[in-house]
Amino acid sequence: MANLTLVQAVNDGLATVMRDDPSVIVFGEDVGPKGGVFLATENLTKEFGEQRCFDTPLSEDGIIGTAIGMAMNGLRPVAEIQFQDFIFPAFDQIVSEAAKLRYRSGGQYTAPMVIRTPYGGGIRGGLYHSQSGEAYFCHTPGLKVVIPSTPHDAKGLLIAAIQDPDPVLFMEPKALYRSVKGEVPEGLYTVDLSTLRTVQAGDDVTVFCYGAMVPVAMKAAAKAAEQGIGVHVVDLRTLLPLDEEGVLEAAKRTGRVVVVHEAPRFCGYGSEISALIAENVIEYMEAPVKRVTGFDTPFPNTLEHHYMPDERRVLDAIEQVHSF
Amino acid sequence: MEATEAMTVIGADGGSNGYDPGLSKEELLYCYRTMLLVRAFDDTCMKLQRSGRIGFSIPNLGVEGMQVGAATALRKDDWIFPCYRNFGMALYHGVKPVEMMHNMYGNAQDSARGRQMPVHFSFVDPIHWVSISSPIGTHIPQAVGAARAFQVRGEDRVALTTFGDGGTSSLGFHSGLNFAGVWKAPVVFLCQNNGYAISCSSEKQTASESYAIKGKAYGVPGVKVDGNDLLAVRRAVCEAVDKARAGDGPTLIEAETFRMGGHSTSDDPTRYVPKELVEKWAAKDPVDRFERYLGKRGIWKQGDRERIYGECMQEVADAAKVAQSTDAPGLETIFSDVYAELPEHLRRQGRAAFDLAARRGDAAAGGGAFPL
Ligand SMILES: Cc1ncc(C[n+]2csc(CCOP(=O)(O)OP(=O)(O)O)c2C)c(N)n1
Repeated sequence: MANLTLVQAVNDGLATVMRDDPSVIVFGEDVGPKGGVFLATENLTKEFGEQRCFDTPLSEDGIIGTAIGMAMNGLRPVAEIQFQDFIFPAFDQIVSEAAKLRYRSGGQYTAPMVIRTPYGGGIRGGLYHSQSGEAYFCHTPGLKVVIPSTPHDAKGLLIAAIQDPDPVLFMEPKALYRSVKGEVPEGLYTVDLSTLRTVQAGDDVTVFCYGAMVPVAMKAAAKAAEQGIGVHVVDLRTLLPLDEEGVLEAAKRTGRVVVVHEAPRFCGYGSEISALIAENVIEYMEAPVKRVTGFDTPFPNTLEHHYMPDERRVLDAIEQVHSF
Repeated sequence: MEATEAMTVIGADGGSNGYDPGLSKEELLYCYRTMLLVRAFDDTCMKLQRSGRIGFSIPNLGVEGMQVGAATALRKDDWIFPCYRNFGMALYHGVKPVEMMHNMYGNAQDSARGRQMPVHFSFVDPIHWVSISSPIGTHIPQAVGAARAFQVRGEDRVALTTFGDGGTSSLGFHSGLNFAGVWKAPVVFLCQNNGYAISCSSEKQTASESYAIKGKAYGVPGVKVDGNDLLAVRRAVCEAVDKARAGDGPTLIEAETFRMGGHSTSDDPTRYVPKELVEKWAAKDPVDRFERYLGKRGIWKQGDRERIYGECMQEVADAAKVAQSTDAPGLETIFSDVYAELPEHLRRQGRAAFDLAARRGDAAAGGGAFPL
């Protein structure tokens, strides 16, 4: 066991699989000698050489397109998109190609690859270094979408994603890169790509969240506990495929649900959770589902702390569904 | 002109090759001053970033010459589609340091109401400086579209777009050049080849013998120019602009220069830029070079640099003071300008935000720092 930050756990996960499997290669903008702008790939070029960890030209379309070709042909590429905000030139390659290759070839061709990308706010990055675009990708059959919130899960889910036979978008909450630390097992281990994690059990209100919103929800839950409200906090972590049974169980447990994400509300991931509950367990619900989300606006710079859901907003929602 | 050899006007000793820039003494001194103003702005922003007053800045050390040289070729009714390492062009055309400082501080007076990151300026006056977008290369085809609009209306105006060497790998570079070639659009593509895209050197960016030659495949003539030679850049851009105004189509210009500092205030270039390279380029400094030229022409004397730089520092310090004492944008600016008219759902979300702030207090500012 080592006590690592989330970004160190990502780095450790990459190094661990690269030692285990020579077909794994890592590339993207500035991931080589510089080690990535967040240092997630630090020292990988040093340990594994330029053939296995290298810089690419500034083209996300090129990065993902070539990753697909490598994946088809026996390599296990782990491509980095420097910020999730810059993934859109590669949208076509991800949505039309990687996600549909297995289906359109009847399984003759597949794209077992991982796209790692930091997402979310909290670094004063304004419109284009802060976005949470998971909903675009969760709307894409054939793709898996994963967002860890702890160092342990970051490493285990990343290794599972790299070993998975299908393309996985691995979104890393950049706000947590260095602000969370935790015990991380040494060597190879995986975390299942379709089970949620109960962060804390509670009997009064259920909060569904993921990524950087998990610590926010936990802070709100601690405040709620002071008023005697027991909050059941669920880290969804594998957004696609989703642990639907787990979600319904957790919703039924309290009958009062809050969903939290940074991304805009309209057609956001919270809508899916809300619909799932409405369709399947509405008879257990004691209050309407409440969403706490980013606003339906672009992501502002100076006022980012007003845009991102915080403890105040989550606590307010918990109290509202609790007293409904 | 050969696409592979960089065109030069000012020699290392400050002597010129005879090209007449057609600029008065005052205009030449204004160019010199503008380069020093860029330096003063950068130096000030570096200090403001280090002391935590602003979050981020983009240094221009080494690339001021090409910015100012190119700016001299434009009229006020032309449009600039800039990249972020380029604000010398805005200063040259009369944008005030204080307007830029409002953006650096992200305050209520910023043209974008603090929504954008620092250095992502947007101006319509005194020249159209189109709002900078972080995603690299997206603005290149937009410049071609704006040029097409001039063309359709029969106006002799041009659009000039700037981007880095990294920008030539973007989708926008290729579609932009292709469309411009087909349309013979009045657009000038100005590539600031400063050697690096963050940590990625030009050899990793392209296998092409130059960036200028990339125009050839699109039917767009390519010109390579010494980017540390203000007059050579002026000459190349003037020729391209004249050609565009005359209806003879686009040009791709590669200004060969070097980014002497980090990518940004958060980057440590010593991790990846060889020291010898920095020393080699330091000897070609665009301000020193232009100064020697002015000296030879008897327009410059010892002490001018210190005096002018001092004046620029004062102007920028005053600007920073004003920006710093200007209020942050109000909560309503999160919701305004999303659409021409505020839709009902945003009105509701805005009301809820105000209501929450009234009941539970303001959101606490986070401590996150920008990493690159
Ligand atoms: C589409 C896209 N991908 C990645 C980035 C992150 N990024 C910001 S600046 C930069 C390097 C740009 O280099 P270049 O175009 O040469 O301009 P320079 O910084 O050298 O002036 C990168 C990769 C981005 N802004 N946009």
